[in-house]
Amino acid sequence: MKHGRLRFLFGALVPALVLHVVFVLSPYAQAFYLSLTDWTGVAGEAHYVGAGNYARLGGDSLFLDAVRNNAVMLVVVPIVTLGLGLFLASMLHLGGRDGRSGIAGSKVYQIVYFFPQLLSLVIVAVLWSFIYNPNTGLLNGVLRGIGLGSLARSWLGDPDLALPAVMAVLVWSSAGFYMVLFSAAIDGIPKELFEAALLDGAGRWDTFRRVTLPLVRDTVQVGFVYLGITALDGFAVVQVMTAGPGGPDGATEVIGLSLYRNAFTYGKFGYASAMGVALFFATLTLAVLALRAGRKERVELA
Amino acid sequence: MKRVVPHVAMLCWGVVTALPLLWAVLSSFKTDQQILTDPWSLPTTPHVENWSRAWNQADIGRYFLNSLVVVGGGLILTMLLGALVAYALARYDFRGNRIIYYTFVAAMFFPVFLALVPLFFVVQQLGLLGTYPGLILVYAAYAVPFTVFFLHSFFRTLPGEVAEAAFMDGCSHAGVFFRVMLPMARPGLVAVGIFNFLGLWNQYLLPLVLNPDPDRYVLAQGLASLSVSQGYRSDWSGLFAGLTIAMLPVLIAYVAFQRHIRAGMTAGAVK
Repeated sequence: MKHGRLRFLFGALVPALVLHVVFVLSPYAQAFYLSLTDWTGVAGEAHYVGAGNYARLGGDSLFLDAVRNNAVMLVVVPIVTLGLGLFLASMLHLGGRDGRSGIAGSKVYQIVYFFPQLLSLVIVAVLWSFIYNPNTGLLNGVLRGIGLGSLARSWLGDPDLALPAVMAVLVWSSAGFYMVLFSAAIDGIPKELFEAALLDGAGRWDTFRRVTLPLVRDTVQVGFVYLGITALDGFAVVQVMTAGPGGPDGATEVIGLSLYRNAFTYGKFGYASAMGVALFFATLTLAVLALRAGRKERVELA
Repeated sequence: MKRVVPHVAMLCWGVVTALPLLWAVLSSFKTDQQILTDPWSLPTTPHVENWSRAWNQADIGRYFLNSLVVVGGGLILTMLLGALVAYALARYDFRGNRIIYYTFVAAMFFPVFLALVPLFFVVQQLGLLGTYPGLILVYAAYAVPFTVFFLHSFFRTLPGEVAEAAFMDGCSHAGVFFRVMLPMARPGLVAVGIFNFLGLWNQYLLPLVLNPDPDRYVLAQGLASLSVSQGYRSDWSGLFAGLTIAMLPVLIAYVAFQRHIRAGMTAGAVK
């Protein structure tokens, strides 16, 4: 039995560990080293340049555009997506008779809302590049159809509108998912809490603010981390949708795109790795901040 | 009045969600002329030939099969390895157990972009660039950490009595795992399996870097390159048809496994 145990453990762990070390751990470790070299892909030709790549990042205006755009997305995308998701979830429950159960058709709404989250961001991006098309797109078509033709724009061609247009796509693809998530969280709140609030004469808005909101905090926090990671990425949508990609004039450049271009178009593998390390620290900071923010003031349900 | 506002709000977002999707599906049955001159009209006669053109000439059919092979292989490998590791770490006490667990879990906190450059050269040196096995191995390698994390807690909560009884009856360790514990873990396996399927099916960055051969493009890659090339050729109807074909399997799976998918996705997010 003892012998069989060891053999089983060996067989269960070793294949996965080999795969993990070769394709995951070693690339991550190598990336930190490569970021300190000027490697251009020729075997044995990597020279140590210390922090040189990192110093150059500070003077790379396109990379700085990318950092700025990712920062804007990091703030806007989670707030708008979660706000919208929470709004829709509370509408779903507010519309019901006792301020809590769903309104008529709430099952159908949930099914429809959820679907975009399942689609590949590439599919979503291709779809929206049609929608934004200035001449034949759905958006300008709708605007002209309802007599607001003067609002029709070249959505992805205007440097001021391109980034908001990209962010709108990210919001569109996941707001419904968070609505379903919040809705499930609200369903999990004991009915008595709502009844007590109603008995105390609290209005619907007060009930939402004092009862619902504190109790879905955990969901908000998880959503923030997930959407933050999505916003720090943004690669697929920008690469497929925008001119350049990353244009016009760097208006939609993101860090992932800069990294990809420097590595696989220019062959500056050391420099690209430095961008990867920068992105890693941004992600790490985000996760730590979110976890720390979540630790205080958690509401316990008996 | 108070009742009306929620209904209007729900309906508005419903339209915002559904309209673009319906528009794409309808456009896939129209001629280019109709799409360009009258984006709103319903197709007069359904032009099914758009679909066959997308499937055959624009290679959507081939991309589809490539995706099926790579995602199928990657998913099977991920589930097998992930379940084995999670079970071994959750139910056996041995030195190094915690270290191995954290080695896997830590990988979830690293952005894939960081690994991208070295990963390209690792795969290239193994001679796996642009091959099915290469993509399958990499897909599995990047999906296993979450699978281990998810199933680890799941295996911990399963009762031990059944396994002990099976051991008494002379069942081997592998026998207990495959015949006793794995069936008991079915709900967890389904949830994480759906989560992994969607993640792998929608993967874009890894194939973009590791799969440069157009003959082996997966669906997301093929669609992205198609949107550029068909744009030049102005074959809009073919492109809409390709887009609809790409959405279809996800839609069918969603309708068929709607409850499971929602449960799997929400569980994946809350974890």
